[in-house]
Amino acid sequence: MLVLVEQSLNGLQFGLLLFLLAAGLTLVFGIMDFVNLAHGSLYMMGAYFAATFVAWTNSFVLGVLLALGATLLLGIALEFIALRHLYGRDHLDQVLATFGLILFFNDAVRLIWGPAGLSLPLPPWLTVPVQIVPGVFYPAYRLSIIVVALAVAALLYIVVMRTKIGMLIRAGASNREMIGALGINIKLLFTLVFGLGAALAGLAGLMQAPILTVQIGMGENILILAFVIIVIGGIGSIRGAFMAAIFVGMIDTLGRAFLPDLLRTVLSSAAASTAAPALSSMLIYLLMAIVLVVRPEGLFPAAKR
Amino acid sequence: MADPLLRVENLVRSFGGIKATDNLSLDVVPGELHAIIGPNGAGKTTLISQLTGQLMPNSGTIHFAGREISRLPSYQRSRLGLARSFQITCLLPDFTAADNVALAAQAHDGHSFRFWGSARKERHLRDAAQAALARVGLARRADVLVSELSHGEQRELELAVALATKPQLLLLDEPMAGLGVTESARMVALLKELRKEVTIVLVEHDMEAVFALADRITVLVYGRVIASGDPDAIRNNEEVKRAYLGDQHVVVSHG
Amino acid sequence: MKSHINARNVIVALVALGLTLLPAYSALTGNIFILTLFTRIVIFALAAASLNLIMGYGGMMSFGHAAYLGIGGYAVGILAHEGIGSGFIQWPVALALSALYALVIGALSLRTRGVYFIMITLAFAQMAYYIASGLSRYGGDDGLTIYKRSTFGGLIDLSNRVQFYYLCLACLFGGVYLIWRIINSRFGMVVQGVRSNEQRMQAIGFHANRYRLVCFVISGTICGLAGALLANNTDFISPAGMYWTRSGELMVMVVFGGMGSLFGPVLGTIVFLLLEEVLSQFTEYWALIMGPLLLLIVLFARGGIMGLLGRLSRG
Repeated sequence: MLVLVEQSLNGLQFGLLLFLLAAGLTLVFGIMDFVNLAHGSLYMMGAYFAATFVAWTNSFVLGVLLALGATLLLGIALEFIALRHLYGRDHLDQVLATFGLILFFNDAVRLIWGPAGLSLPLPPWLTVPVQIVPGVFYPAYRLSIIVVALAVAALLYIVVMRTKIGMLIRAGASNREMIGALGINIKLLFTLVFGLGAALAGLAGLMQAPILTVQIGMGENILILAFVIIVIGGIGSIRGAFMAAIFVGMIDTLGRAFLPDLLRTVLSSAAASTAAPALSSMLIYLLMAIVLVVRPEGLFPAAKR
Repeated sequence: MADPLLRVENLVRSFGGIKATDNLSLDVVPGELHAIIGPNGAGKTTLISQLTGQLMPNSGTIHFAGREISRLPSYQRSRLGLARSFQITCLLPDFTAADNVALAAQAHDGHSFRFWGSARKERHLRDAAQAALARVGLARRADVLVSELSHGEQRELELAVALATKPQLLLLDEPMAGLGVTESARMVALLKELRKEVTIVLVEHDMEAVFALADRITVLVYGRVIASGDPDAIRNNEEVKRAYLGDQHVVVSHG
Repeated sequence: MKSHINARNVIVALVALGLTLLPAYSALTGNIFILTLFTRIVIFALAAASLNLIMGYGGMMSFGHAAYLGIGGYAVGILAHEGIGSGFIQWPVALALSALYALVIGALSLRTRGVYFIMITLAFAQMAYYIASGLSRYGGDDGLTIYKRSTFGGLIDLSNRVQFYYLCLACLFGGVYLIWRIINSRFGMVVQGVRSNEQRMQAIGFHANRYRLVCFVISGTICGLAGALLANNTDFISPAGMYWTRSGELMVMVVFGGMGSLFGPVLGTIVFLLLEEVLSQFTEYWALIMGPLLLLIVLFARGGIMGLLGRLSRG
C-alpha cells in the first residue's frame, strides 16, 4: 500500500514534468503551426545550464533561476535567427530543419561540456523526506517538483484563458490575419510564445536533472514521449496535454514498478524480468495506438482551425 | 412515373445547432435533369456531399437504383454509378488532363493492384480518356498539366472526369461557377447534350441556365424543400417568390 | 521527342557507371576503404529509395523507417545466433517480418494525416527500438554480434568484399527498377493521385487508404532487405541502429537528393554519407557543421540535388 502511494506520487511527478515539456510543444504547434523537434534540446540545455550555474554560484535557487533565464534567451535567439523563417513551411521542412538543430546541439554540448554527463547535487534542505500523511514519507525534492509544476500549470491556464495576451495567443491560433489587422505585432507575439515554450522545456529539464544524470541526448526519449502525449491529448490543446501527460506519467511509472511482479505470477521469474521493461515501455505506445483507433484526432482536440 | 433512380427520405444533417439539411425528401427519376436551387446557405452543397458520401447524414435514408446507400463511403457510391463534380474545382493539379480522366476510367475498370505494366500505355484507358475529353471539348488539351489549364477548362475537365466513371447519375455542383458569358454558354450547350444520355442533378445559381435546362426544379431554403415542380410551376410559386425576394436574397444571375 | 540527354540524366548515368566500376578502381589502387564505405552507401541508398516511394510518391512522411533496418537486421542476426545460417531462410524471414510490421503500424498510422502521421510513425519505431532493447537473450542494449554472414549454398560468398558489394549494388539497382515499374503502373498512378488529391480519388471510386497501405508495406519490405544487407555488412546488430535519429537521417538523404525523383535518394545518400565522412575527418564534432547545413538546405535548396540538376537542364 505504501509503495503504491509512493509510486503514484512518482507517476504524478513524472506526468507533470512531461506536461511542462508537452505544453510548450503543443502551444508552439497550435499557434505557429510549427513542429519543433529541437524542443528536447531546449530541455537538455535547461539541465546543462542548471548544472553549470549551480556549480558557479554555489546556490541552488540562484543557479536554477539563471538557468531558466538562459533557456528563455536561447529559445528567443533560436526563434529569431532560424526558426521564424520556417513558419508557414511544410511540416516536413520543419522536421528536417529542427532535426539538424538537434544534431547541432548534441555536438555543441559535447564540445563545451565533454561527452561525460554532469550531475546536479541537491542542497540539503531539499533532500529530507517529508511526512505527507502519518507514516508516509516522500522526498522533499520530488514533492517540490509536483508543487512547482502544478503552480506553473495553473499559471499557464490563467495566462492563456484569462489574460489579454492569452486571448491574443488563442486568437492567433485561429486567425492570424485578424491579429495582424488589429495592429498587433504578430512576430513579437510568436517570439514570446516560443520563448515561453523554451522556458517551460528548460524548467522541465532542470527539475529532472537532480533525479537523473545530465547527459547528451537526454531530451530525445522524453521528447518522443511528449509527442505521444500531444497526439493522445489532441494537438494544440493545453487541457488535453495535461490529462494525457498525467496519464502517460502514471502508466510509465506504475508499469515499471509493478509489471515485473505482476508478470511473475504468470511467467517464470527470468522470463518476467526480461519481458517487463520492454512491455512497460510499450504500454504507452499501445495506449496511443488504441486512442488513434478510437479517436484519430486525440482525446481533447483543440478547436478546428 | 418510373421508379426513382435516386430517392432521398427525411434526410437530416446538422452542424452544431444549425440544421443544414432539415428533414429533406427528394426523388429523381431516370432520364430527367433535376435542378436544385436556393439562396446562399440553403444547404445545397451539404446535400450533394451527403448524396456522394463525403458527408454522412445524422438521420434519414438515401436509395440509389433501388439500393440503400446512406452509409456507404464515397468510393463505393462511385462504383455504383454516382458521380459528382465539385463546386470548387477538385482535380489532381500535378497530373495532365488526360491522366485525370484516365484515372477515373481506371477506377471503373477492375482493381488497380497492378504493379508492373505502365498505366499510361494501356490503350483502352487512354482511349476512354480521350473520348471523355473530346466530349467536353478538351481533346487538344489532353497533355497539359491541370495547374496550367484555365478556370473554364478546369470546369470542363471536372465534367470529363465525372463522365469517365460511366455514371448513371451525375451530380453537378455549380458547374457554371466563375465562368464568363461565353464559357457559360458553352457549358449550357454541353449539358444539353449530356442530359440525353445521363440523369443529372444540377445545383446552380445561374437561373437562366436552370430554367433553360431543367425538367424539374426543387427549391431549398434553410435545408428544407419549399417547392418542387416543373419550371413554370416554380416560376409562379408564391412561397418561392417570397423566399427569393422577401428575404432580400435577390438571386437573379451570378453569371 | 523530348531529348533524354540533359544534365540530370548524364549525371545519373555517370553515377550508376561509377558505382558499377568502383570495385575495379578499388582493386587497381589498393584502396579497400573506399569499397567498404561505398558498400555502406549503396545499402543506405536502397533504404532511402524505399522511403522515397512513400514520401515522394505516396505523400506519407514516415519518420520511422529505421525500424525496418532493425527488423531486417535482427531477423538475420537472431537466426544466425540460433544456428540458422542460410540466407534462403534468413532473408525471406527478414522481408516477411518487415512486411508484417509495416502492415500493422501502417493500418494504425494511416488513420491519421499530416503531422500526426509523422509523429505516430516515429513513436511506433521507438516502440520497436524498445522491444529490441528488451531482447536480453540477443544482447539487449549492447546488441548482437553476427559471427557468420548469411550463406547461399555456395552461390555467392558474402564475406568476399567484392561479391558482397555487387550483391548490394544489384539489390539497389533492382530496387530502383522495381520502384520505377511501380510508380508508372496502375497502382502507382493511384498512389500518386491520392497524394495529389485524396478527396478527388475517393470521389472517382478509389479506396485511398487501401492503396496507401499496400504502398507502405512495399516500402517497408524493401527497407527490410536493406536491413538484412546492413547486418551482414557490419556483422553486428543493435538497437542503436534503429534509433529515431537514423530515421531522421534517412529522411535527410531523401530530401537531399530530391523527393519524388527516382534516382534522387541515391544521389542524396552518396552526398550525405560522403559529407559525413569528409567532415568527420576534419573534426570530431562534424554535426556542428552538418546540423546548420541541413537547416540551410531546407531553407534555400528546395527540390534537392535533382531539383537543382533539373533547373540546370532546363538552362
